[in-house]
Formats: sequence, structure tokens, C-alpha cells
Amino acid sequence: MDLAIFALLVQDGVTNGAVYALLALALVLVFAVTRVIWIPSGEFVSYGTLTLAGFQLGKPPGTIGLLVGVAVVAGLMETYACARRRELARLPRQLALWTIVPLAIAAASWLIASRAPPFWLQVLLTLALVTPLGPLLYRIAYQPIAEASVLVLLIVSVALHFVMTGLGLWFFGAEGSRTPAFATASWQVGKVIVSAQSVLVVVTSIALIGALYFLFGRTLYGKALRATALNRVGARLVGISPNLAGALTFVLGALLCAFSGVLIGPITTIYYDSGFLVSLKGFVGAIIGGLVSYPIAAAGAVLVGLLEAFSSFWASGFKEVIVFTLIIPVLLWRSLTAHHQEEEE
Amino acid sequence: MSGRRLPFGLIGYIAFIVVLIGVPVLMPPFWVTLGNYVGLYSIVALGLVLLTGVAGQTSFGQAAFVGIGAYVTAMLCLSYGWSPWVNLVIALALTAVIALAIGFITLRMRGHYLPLATIAWGISLYFLFGNLDFLGGHTGLTGIPALRFFHVELRNERYMYVLIWAVALLALWSTSNLLDSRPGRAIRALRGHLDMAEAFGVNAARLKIVVFIYAALLACISGWMYAHLQRFVNPTPFGLGQGIEYLFMAVVGGAGSVWGAVVGATVITLSKEVLQNILPTLLGKSGNFEIVVFGVLMVLLLQHAREGVWPWLARWLPAAADAPIEPAPALAARDHAQRAPHLLEVKGARKQFGGLVAVDNLDFTIDTGEILGLIGPNGAGKTTMFNLISGALPLTAGAIVFRGESIGSRTPYEIAALGIARTFQHVKLVPQMSVLDNVALGAYLRSHAGLVRASLRIDRADERRVRAEAARAIERVGLSAHVHDAAGSLPLGKQRIVEIARALAADPVLLLLDEPAAGLRYLEKQELAKRLRDLRAAGMTILLVEHDMEFVMGLTDRLVVMHFGEKLAEGAPVEIQRHPAVLEAYLGGVA
Repeated sequence: MDLAIFALLVQDGVTNGAVYALLALALVLVFAVTRVIWIPSGEFVSYGTLTLAGFQLGKPPGTIGLLVGVAVVAGLMETYACARRRELARLPRQLALWTIVPLAIAAASWLIASRAPPFWLQVLLTLALVTPLGPLLYRIAYQPIAEASVLVLLIVSVALHFVMTGLGLWFFGAEGSRTPAFATASWQVGKVIVSAQSVLVVVTSIALIGALYFLFGRTLYGKALRATALNRVGARLVGISPNLAGALTFVLGALLCAFSGVLIGPITTIYYDSGFLVSLKGFVGAIIGGLVSYPIAAAGAVLVGLLEAFSSFWASGFKEVIVFTLIIPVLLWRSLTAHHQEEEE
Repeated sequence: MSGRRLPFGLIGYIAFIVVLIGVPVLMPPFWVTLGNYVGLYSIVALGLVLLTGVAGQTSFGQAAFVGIGAYVTAMLCLSYGWSPWVNLVIALALTAVIALAIGFITLRMRGHYLPLATIAWGISLYFLFGNLDFLGGHTGLTGIPALRFFHVELRNERYMYVLIWAVALLALWSTSNLLDSRPGRAIRALRGHLDMAEAFGVNAARLKIVVFIYAALLACISGWMYAHLQRFVNPTPFGLGQGIEYLFMAVVGGAGSVWGAVVGATVITLSKEVLQNILPTLLGKSGNFEIVVFGVLMVLLLQHAREGVWPWLARWLPAAADAPIEPAPALAARDHAQRAPHLLEVKGARKQFGGLVAVDNLDFTIDTGEILGLIGPNGAGKTTMFNLISGALPLTAGAIVFRGESIGSRTPYEIAALGIARTFQHVKLVPQMSVLDNVALGAYLRSHAGLVRASLRIDRADERRVRAEAARAIERVGLSAHVHDAAGSLPLGKQRIVEIARALAADPVLLLLDEPAAGLRYLEKQELAKRLRDLRAAGMTILLVEHDMEFVMGLTDRLVVMHFGEKLAEGAPVEIQRHPAVLEAYLGGVA
């Protein structure tokens, strides 16, 4: 291996790692606030890429139909909930939020899709279509059992992953897609070629990580979300709605994942079921951070990216084996350093 | 009521037997094969019932253990021509080693690390199967020989049906035996009552690993039979997707009962078969829609009926009669000698949480046959001191000596073995278990039936003695009328008494009671005080931490008063009542 290949692999690893880092952040974020181990995050990544690819082809992406369906279900659930609690006065606002807004986004996307919108608008529409799926699915699947144990929530996550993969095949078809790069420039640095796309991915990721770090460490909203994570009842007593906190977290999480999908689209071909492996790599990073620490999770994700790049060079068939076996020593280390903790019921 | 229920129950059992026998005899091969799969899946799901439903640990990676069973025998048969029966032993050994390693790493931590680790391990093993040339890569291995049982070759699905269901029924039998035994009681306590189980001598970390291995071995046997049924293996049926499906089976069927595994395997296998045929025609498109339907059903099930299908079916079955308590020789009693100048001696005990000193340089002693009360205002450090003695917290400095042995840095289960039994401030009983079973858990260390003896049901002599002992403890506290009631159905006052009975079943030298009167009504307190006096009259030594002054004053021989982690006063209740420093601490100097 010469320096050029080495540098290429590092660049590859860091670029992929930066995307995994965004996912790791989304996972830590969602887990910290809602205790949901968010397995279907990967589907948000693949939906992101595939939606953008749909716009590229100049046809309305399947996400539109999905968003409409999910928004209708959420609207029905809200109607039922309001009717049962005899709070019909709240209904218009809830319906506007859960149904009308998503339907408006869907309608706008439908109209714009066939008129060859510019690339930046396509990206914006992609994010606008995929992001609402996060809070909507939270409302439908998780919120009714938000108090359940981590394990029950995890099983729901896995079920939801199945549903979203199946729907992905239905709405996007079995073909894989790649999306065009944001930037095609590249620079020669010594013997090494650095592509603008890689730089862009890394810089965007770092910026987002910084923004999240600021949000949770310094702002009242962020602190409210963290408080909900620690104690739902206590948070409610001091005036934080856990449902709102959950929905907001899923907005952020889904946005991060959809954006990862947009970033990873030019790097790898994404199929309807590719998201799972991508998000699991984010998970390995998140677990390195103990599902708590943002900076360590991000660093862990970059490590996963590098490991993946180098193992695909030396032993491509065993790439996944190596990456996922990494979790074992990490868990061993965590288990030896962790204090005895009482089981939760 | 029971008259109406019985026929339904009978019909249920008869239907099960008719279907079980009818399928291989009467049905076409398609249905026999389906029956084989239900059997194979039931065995795996059964392991998950024990692991997830009973012990509260989740694994998505069971399919990988199935894969080990299948690949080991396939590879050894084809490459070396070894007998499948030898391969079974090798596969089981390999599975046990891997499960031990994974369990050791993940089960020491909080619940969600095991499922995450099993997801990762399920994926990496899948890719490993697919990339190793000697395992045939993604195409797999073909031409695996059929099993031979003496001179009978199990060459078609009907023969295999007999083997698979014999193993499945055996596994059901041994698992339900296990649940109704000494280790079974401990396993049932693992879920949410870890510290209670440890206080009665259960090594919880080890037991969790043992349960994980048990579930893995069941999966491995299923895989071994799968390989010899299919006669070829490839990585697909051992991937993560299948691992998740096994968990779905356990949850759908009802992870709280062994029959839930069979019900879940049947429901999922049949509905998958139906959905795969119907959905594409219904939707006019091909794809894996059954997975969408499964996922949606799963979410609905968890939202509305988390217990699964079995509890709903079980309502139609006759309730199992309470097993009678047969007379049996008493369990060996402990030597109750004090052995040292004092039964318990606390010397300069100190406990620090970061900057907070909860217990500071505390000294006191307890002698055989007395009731010592540890009292103090809120936040005085009483419960911390209590946890130091019971081993729930380690000492920062100082020493605690029990019958001449230092216990300051021992684990709760080691301290339990030395003869200290405790109750909990917040009652910790396994609510679904009977009062008898809860109390029998107290005698965990006084009998020794292990997992193997329990599953083969050769532990009955021991079990009779444990049950008789538990019944005696219950009688001693006056709760004989409730022996067979579910512990969770009793009012709080009685639950506290059950906790005392459980502690007595351990034959303790020293009984630790953590705020036993908290939340009790006046009459219940009177009743409790009387029970405790009776125990003292029978020679029991009791340390109680309490809040309620009236309750302690009339009951204890001596009191130790704590204030801000230090000892404020010590003496007979009458002296303490007049002690100026105590009055100041409690009443803020007004008196």
C-alpha cells in the first residue's frame, strides 16, 4: 500500500464516518429523550436518497404517497384521542399540525416534482418530505406506549423497521439509486486528490454536531428535552410536555437521517433496504459513546468508517463481519468500566 | 364456573393432541413440512420465553445460534463424514462457549446492551457464514445426509416430524419443570427484582448467563435438526431477519408461558404462509408485504395486548390445581451460635457519595436475641447504614464484622450465605408468583437443586422440603390462609409480612427489617409488633430501621439514634425518649 492509496482510504473512511456520525447523533438524541432505540433510522436514510433520486428523474417520489397515508392515520388517532378526552376544541389545531401541514407538503412536492426544479429545491423538498415521517411515526407507533420499558420500545422499533423496509420496496421499487454530487471539484494536495464532495460532507457533519452540542448544552429547549429523558413525570410537573418533546426529537432525528441520506447518495448506491446496515454502523458509533455522549459517539462513528474503508481494501468479503465484531470489544470495555446498575422494569 | 370451564380445557388438550398426531398421519407432505417448521421454531421461541418473557433479557440473535447448530453438523458431515450425533455434541459445546462469552460481556450491563449486541452478532455471523469458502459461501452446502436412529433412516418429513416434536415436547416439559423449581424461582425474580434475588443468595449475573446459554442451546438443537431435515444449508435462514422473527413468535404467543412459544410459532408460521399467498394477488404486485403486515400487527399487539395470545387462550383452560404441600423432613438448620463477642459489630463505618458523607464514623453492636432499632430524622443515613450491612453498598472506610467475619466488602449474596436476611422498604415480591413460591425463594441457599436436576424433575425430594419449610415460615407469621394466593393480590400490610416470612425461610441468624411499618395502618402495626416480639421470644435477633417512634419505643430493647450520618445517642427506649440531644434533633430544640 502506498501513500496515495492510504490517503484515499482515509478520505473514504472519514467521509463515510462523517455520515455515520450524523446517524450516531440522531440515535443518541432519540434515545436520550425518548428511550427509543431507533432501529428504523436507517430507513429514513434510504428514503432520503431515494426521494432525491425520484426528483432527479422528474417524477413524484413514492414518499409523497407514504406521507399522505401516515398523516391521515395520525389525524384519525388525534381525532379519536381528542374525542375520547372530550377536548374537541383542541382538534383543529392538532389536525392542522398532524395532517394538514404534511398534506400541504405532499401536495407542493407533487406539483413541483414534474417541473424540473433546481437541485437545491429538490434537496429541500426531500428533507421536507422525509422529516415529517419522523414525528408522525412517533405519534402513531411510540407515543401510545411511551411509558413502556426500553425493551418493548425496541421491539416496536424493529417492527417499524420491517414495515418501513416493506413499504420502501413498494414505493421505491427494487432498483438502487445514486444521486449526483453536490460539488464536483477536487484538489491535488501533494500526491493526494481531495474531492470537494468529501470536504463538504465532513464540514456539514461537523457543523451539525456543533449545533446539536450547543442546543443541548446551552439552550432552554435542549435542556427541557434532556430533562424529559431523565424523568418524564418530573418534566411534566415542571411544564414540559413529554409528547411534544418526543415529537420534536423525532423531527430533529428524522432531519439528521434524511440529510445523511442526501449526503451518502453520491457516495454509494442505495437500495430500499440499504438503510439498515448504514444505521447499524451509526449504532456501533453510538454504542461506543454509551448512547449518551455526543462527541464520543461521533468519534466512534468515524472510527467505524475508517475500519470499514481499510477492511474493504484488505478483506472486502469480511468488511461487515469486522465492523460488527468491533462492538464486542467495545461492549467488553464498557462492561468492565460500568458500575453495577439496577435493572429497570 | 369451573364446571363450565373444564370441558373447554379438555377440548383444548384433545385438539392439541389430535392435531399433533393427525398431521403426520393424515395430511399431505406440505402440511407435515409446515408442522416440522412450527416444531423447530417452537423450540427456539421456547428459549426466548425463558430468556425474554421470564428473565427479562432480549436477544435478536437466536437465529445465529440456530445457524451454528446447522452449519457445524453440515460441515462435519460433508468434510469429515462424522456422525450427526457426534456433531450435535460438538455444536452444543461450541454454542455454549460462544453464548458464555457474549453473555459474560453483555449481561452485566443494563437491559438494552444485550439486544444491541445480539443484533451486531447476528449480522456478523450471517456475513461470516456467507464469506467462508469451507462453509460454501452464499450458495451454502448441499448433500447433508439424513439422520439415522439405530437402523431407521429419518429420510422424509414424516420421520423427522416424530423426532422434531419429540424434542419440542421434551423441551417444553423440561422448561416448565425448570420454571417450577428452585432455580426457576430465582429466574422469575431476575426481572425487575435483581437486588431482592441477590439478597437471598442468587448470583444474578451468573444466573442470567446460564439462562442465555440454555436458550442458545435450544436454538442450536433446532438448527441441527433443520440441517438434517432440509439436507442443505445456506446463510439466509440464520440472518438477523429470522432472529427478529423468533422474538416476534415469543411475544405474539405470550412470552410469559412456555405454551406461548408453541402458539406464537404456529400463528406466525401459518399467517406468513397465508399472507405470502394472499397479499400479492390482493395488491397486484409482488414484494415482501407480509413483513409490513407483521410489523403493523406487532406494533398493535404491543400497544394493546402486550401479554400475547396465550393468556387469552389460557382463560378457557382449567386453572391448574394448587400443588399440595406435603410433609417433608426439615431443611438443615444453621448453627445459630454468636461465635464472637458480639453478633454484629459496626466499627467506624463510613460511607461517602462524592462529597456527601451519608454515614460518618458510626459504631454500634448487636447481641443475640435482642431487637435493636436504628432511628433518626429524615436523611440521617439510616437506610445507607442498612445497605452497608446487607451489602447493597460497599463501605468507604471502617469495618462491619458479623460473627467474627468481616463483611464490609462482600456481595449481597455472600452476606446472605453467612446468615443475614433482609426485607425491603418498598416491598419486593414477585407479584405473579404465589406467596408460597415467594417465601420459598428465601430458602434458596438452603437447598441445592441445580438447573439440570430441576429440568429433569429429579429435584422433587428437595423441592418438597423447601415447600414444607416455606409453609412453616408462612405459618409462623400467620398467613397460612394465603399460601396459594398471588403475592401481588395481597394488601400492603400482608405483603410486608410475606417479606418477613421470606426472610425467615432463609433461617437467618440476623434479621434486617427496613422500615417494616411504613405505610401500615394502626392495627397492622400492632399485629406486626406482636409478630416481631414472638420472633424475639423464639431467639431471633432483629435490627430494624424505622421512622415511626411509637412503633419502635414499644418494641425494641435498645435504640441507636442517627443524625446527619453520625451517632447521636444510644440506649434503652426510655432513656432515648428523655435524651436532650435527641429531642433537639427531632423537635428542633423546642422542648
